[in-house]
Amino acid sequence: MATLAQYDSKEKDKKRPINWTPYLFLAIPLLIYFVWIIAPTFYTFYLSFTNWDGIETPEVYGIDIDSRSLFYNYERLLRPNEDFQLFSQEEPELFKFDRDFEEAISNNIRWLLIFITVPTTAGLGLAMVFNSEMRGGRWFKISFYAPLVLSFPVIGLIWAWVYNPNPNLGLINSLLSSAGVPDKSLPGWLSEPELAIYSIIFAAVWRQVGYVMILYLAGLKNIDPTLVDAAQVDGANRWQLFRSVILPLLAPVTTIIIVISIIDSLRSFDLVQVMTRGNNGTEVLANYMYIEAFNNYKMGFGASIAVFLFAISLVFIGFYLYRTYKEEIEY
Amino acid sequence: MSNVASKQSLGTIGVSPQANNDFRKQVSTFSKYAFLIVLTILWLVPMIAAVITSLRTMADINANGFWSIPAEISFGNFERAWNQANVSAYLGNSFLITIPSLFFMLLLSSLSSFALARYKFRWNLPLYFMFVAGTMLPFQILLLPVFRLANSLGLYDTHWALIIIHTAFQMGFCTFVLRNFMKGVPSEIFEAAKVDGASEFRQYWQMMLPLSLPSMAALATLEFTWVFNDYLWALVLIRSDSLKPVTAGLSTLQGQFVSDWTLITAGAILATLPTIFVFVFLQRYFIQGLTLGSNK
Repeated sequence: MATLAQYDSKEKDKKRPINWTPYLFLAIPLLIYFVWIIAPTFYTFYLSFTNWDGIETPEVYGIDIDSRSLFYNYERLLRPNEDFQLFSQEEPELFKFDRDFEEAISNNIRWLLIFITVPTTAGLGLAMVFNSEMRGGRWFKISFYAPLVLSFPVIGLIWAWVYNPNPNLGLINSLLSSAGVPDKSLPGWLSEPELAIYSIIFAAVWRQVGYVMILYLAGLKNIDPTLVDAAQVDGANRWQLFRSVILPLLAPVTTIIIVISIIDSLRSFDLVQVMTRGNNGTEVLANYMYIEAFNNYKMGFGASIAVFLFAISLVFIGFYLYRTYKEEIEY
Repeated sequence: MSNVASKQSLGTIGVSPQANNDFRKQVSTFSKYAFLIVLTILWLVPMIAAVITSLRTMADINANGFWSIPAEISFGNFERAWNQANVSAYLGNSFLITIPSLFFMLLLSSLSSFALARYKFRWNLPLYFMFVAGTMLPFQILLLPVFRLANSLGLYDTHWALIIIHTAFQMGFCTFVLRNFMKGVPSEIFEAAKVDGASEFRQYWQMMLPLSLPSMAALATLEFTWVFNDYLWALVLIRSDSLKPVTAGLSTLQGQFVSDWTLITAGAILATLPTIFVFVFLQRYFIQGLTLGSNK
């Protein structure tokens, strides 16, 4: 640190071009960040143009492999059924893909739509209820955010047990069974393609509500009480107070919650992996990528799914950065 | 962050605190509580069910159904999960991964935050935004290159691979939070220290670091649960069963003891104990940590 001290003593010299001190503090963190986060992000783009199988050296489509175009992986991803329909009668295997990209996208969209509406509304409702002083309020709050400390594998296992289709074992099905529902018409939950994805999303919502509630409670604490008092003096009823004063003041928190919900729904992987491994119509992009890359060793193809997922996320990351940037400028 | 604490709590949005003698109001309060209690119990049912299941025997549940009165209560499942199903070893691995990750991510991000909060230089904002953007990356964009890099450095299937990737990835969020905290520390005290001859490094080590400890405690609590609960990276970077953290271990356990739900739930509860411990004893920090990122 002697060099730093020396540098300080020269500080009066205004012509000094660059102060190296911040770079010294940043050197090691940045090095690690570049090697393990930034460079890998770009490297995935490269891998998405290759036929990498995890063992041999990757070969680039269109360059090392002349017979294919550079975008071969993306072509497979974005129009997988074109040839399949032509030959489906004679050779169903030829163009049959292991997992359905379309299914993954539609499930991600369902997940996203449910995630930005249900936990947000429920979390806000709970936050409004628990924001006022009430007896036992602390215990109610703890109950709602307790699921947050559970890991996704644990949540997945607990809910798989709740959803157990056996009319004697499953929590829900044994209740339905004793309520007189015949065994044949009991829902299969995770084993029923129409229902499985919603069952998983519900487990995810169960966890998310408490998180949203905490963020809204913190937001409510930051509201200036005089604004609320003023509205009450003006004779606003509770609904008007909520609709015209509190909700607009919470808008920045709501924006953040929606961005977090979108990012989280695009990241959804763990619950799907633990509860169904993507079977029964529950594929999502993150799991599709994992299965293709690490179970089927189509790592180049997996990389193209990752890039696709990244491209969608980038829209929201960009929006969030723009917002943060505006705040930074205001300081 | 500090404004969260300094602003007055807005105690009574919605409900007026005046004592109400009105019978109708009493009824409405009663029904509100009744509704909340029912809702809360429903909310907790999955967890309560897991606890009850773990204390019973599978034979009992199979014979009498889930909603029957337990024939007997025993901790045998926990013992089996702990010893036979290796949960003790998995938990040990989780700690061996989580503790060093926490140490390195807090140390390194305190360095980068200090630089970003204290100095004006050309790359300040771009670097800050790089860290912020990094917190929101989908993990999938990193999986393959990190897998390849870990392989070529001989780190694949070691705890170090996980420690490094957790440290690197979480550095984004930690830097984001700590930088914003450090921005709030008045720069005058550093100018004063400078006049007294304190080097830049001493300003970081002996002034900024102690001042940041409360923020770092909140961060550490939150990051502990995040790293401890990680599943994806453990799947990708660890192959040997003896090195798996408890999240990945649980899915091995699920595969081994397919329909032995009493054992599976017992394992899941054991796996959760450390984070529940953190939650119960450091709850204030945990909640603070969760709201740190969003309140900026």
